[in-house]
Amino acid sequence: MHGQKAFLSGNEAVAAGVRLARPHVIAAYPITPQTTVIERLAEMVEDASLKTEYLHVESEHSALSACIGASAVGARTFTATSSQGLLYMAECLHYASGGRFPVVMMNANRSLALPWNIYGDQRDSLSLLDCGWIQAYAEDAQESLDLIIQAYAIAEHPDVLTPLMINLDGFVITHTYELVSLPSQEGVDAFLPPFQTVNKMDLDHPMSLAFTAGPAYNQAFKQLQHQALLSASKVILDIEERFGQFFGRNYSGLIETMHCEDAEFILVTLGSVAGTVRPVVERLRSLGERVGLVRIRYMRPFPDLEIRKALAGAKAVGVLEKDISFGYEGTVFTNVNSALSRSNVKPSRLLNFIGGLGGKDISAADIEHLFLRLKSTDDGETVAFI
Amino acid sequence: MNYPVWQRSFKPPKDLAEYPVGTAFPAGHLVETNASWRSQRPVIDAEKCSSCRICWLLCPDGVIHNTKPEGLEIDYDYCKGCGICAKECRQKAIRMENEGI
Ligand code: SF4
Ligand code: SF4
Repeated sequence: MHGQKAFLSGNEAVAAGVRLARPHVIAAYPITPQTTVIERLAEMVEDASLKTEYLHVESEHSALSACIGASAVGARTFTATSSQGLLYMAECLHYASGGRFPVVMMNANRSLALPWNIYGDQRDSLSLLDCGWIQAYAEDAQESLDLIIQAYAIAEHPDVLTPLMINLDGFVITHTYELVSLPSQEGVDAFLPPFQTVNKMDLDHPMSLAFTAGPAYNQAFKQLQHQALLSASKVILDIEERFGQFFGRNYSGLIETMHCEDAEFILVTLGSVAGTVRPVVERLRSLGERVGLVRIRYMRPFPDLEIRKALAGAKAVGVLEKDISFGYEGTVFTNVNSALSRSNVKPSRLLNFIGGLGGKDISAADIEHLFLRLKSTDDGETVAFI
Repeated sequence: MNYPVWQRSFKPPKDLAEYPVGTAFPAGHLVETNASWRSQRPVIDAEKCSSCRICWLLCPDGVIHNTKPEGLEIDYDYCKGCGICAKECRQKAIRMENEGI
């Protein structure tokens, strides 16, 4: 089931993955740094290498609305956006998840105005963590492509039927070129059967879709959404295992760990910055330091059990994120802290490092400094900007 | 044409397993009536009616049913009493009667 290799940017890898997944409908509006995804898809439609209904909509709100409508007739759909565009979709994000329409979206993580900025941070998607979507965070182009193909299998699974957002750090992943292995079309066709849903407009069995539910019944629908998200944890593992059998690339579920078994000092992070942490961990290890890395791959469903297990032996843990909930702390930190507080895993120091906002560089030297802070016994701020 | 009617036998879901997946259900499944707020009801006088069906076309709720050979029938489970049918009837064949308290 192996195809060929190609030199692609993160965005181009996403477009390649989308073509292999054969969506019936693509609706998108361009926004930096997502634009090259939908440009590549438009070129594929133009050269007839992708057969899809490509809708040139007038806004992100319309893009997601069109995907919801298409999903309601049983179509597989794709959209992509970033930053302000994602916020403009916010109303429709809840429609898609509440209606259980398994739309797949790529979001290029980018700062939010003001001050206006087009560079990467994760405040766009993390501020929408509660919208009922599955949220995945890629580290590189290969993972982005593989996540797109897995995303349809996860989102369309009958136990899940929930839309899925794949996040790529703006520019750092979206515009960096890497060698990517492309699965074959026959392989993807066998891995990913056509979308089947009971929730569809069908002339023979007319349905009322997207109906109202009053106070007596509304909460039950929300409970079912919550259950579906929780069920996704297992479905993700099953789909990844199947993906490994088909294409020979294995993924590790909701988190990925590095040297956590015996680590005393662990950084928890997500997205491309994990790629900067990795060589620092290796270097410090070679000097005898017991350091480790947890990379969160999915923020929803949240990997609470996995994080407790990975951090069980740690003395000090730092959560590094490109996000801040103003007036409190980073959202990833809040989630990690909550997972630990409901267990007996209690590292003696738990710090939150906020960095990379508006694309501010996070260097290897910065990361090394964070490990030093974890080792030191100073009781500085729990929430610190780096 | 089949009109949806009030499903008197409808039982509300008891637990989560009885709920539909997502907000979707067979169309026209009416689980409640919607007429308690009507203050006047339209009544068709079959003697005066010319069967022009203007009222059937113009009823904003589509509750004047045209299924029986003997004439039009108003579904009082869903008629809201707006009086549009009476106003539009050129034969003055529809009168609005006060609902009892
Ligand atoms: S509009 Fe008047 S005359 Fe025409 S069908 Fe209705 S009741 Fe009869
Ligand atoms: S009163 Fe209004 S709702 Fe009732 S049948 Fe006439 S037009 Fe329809």
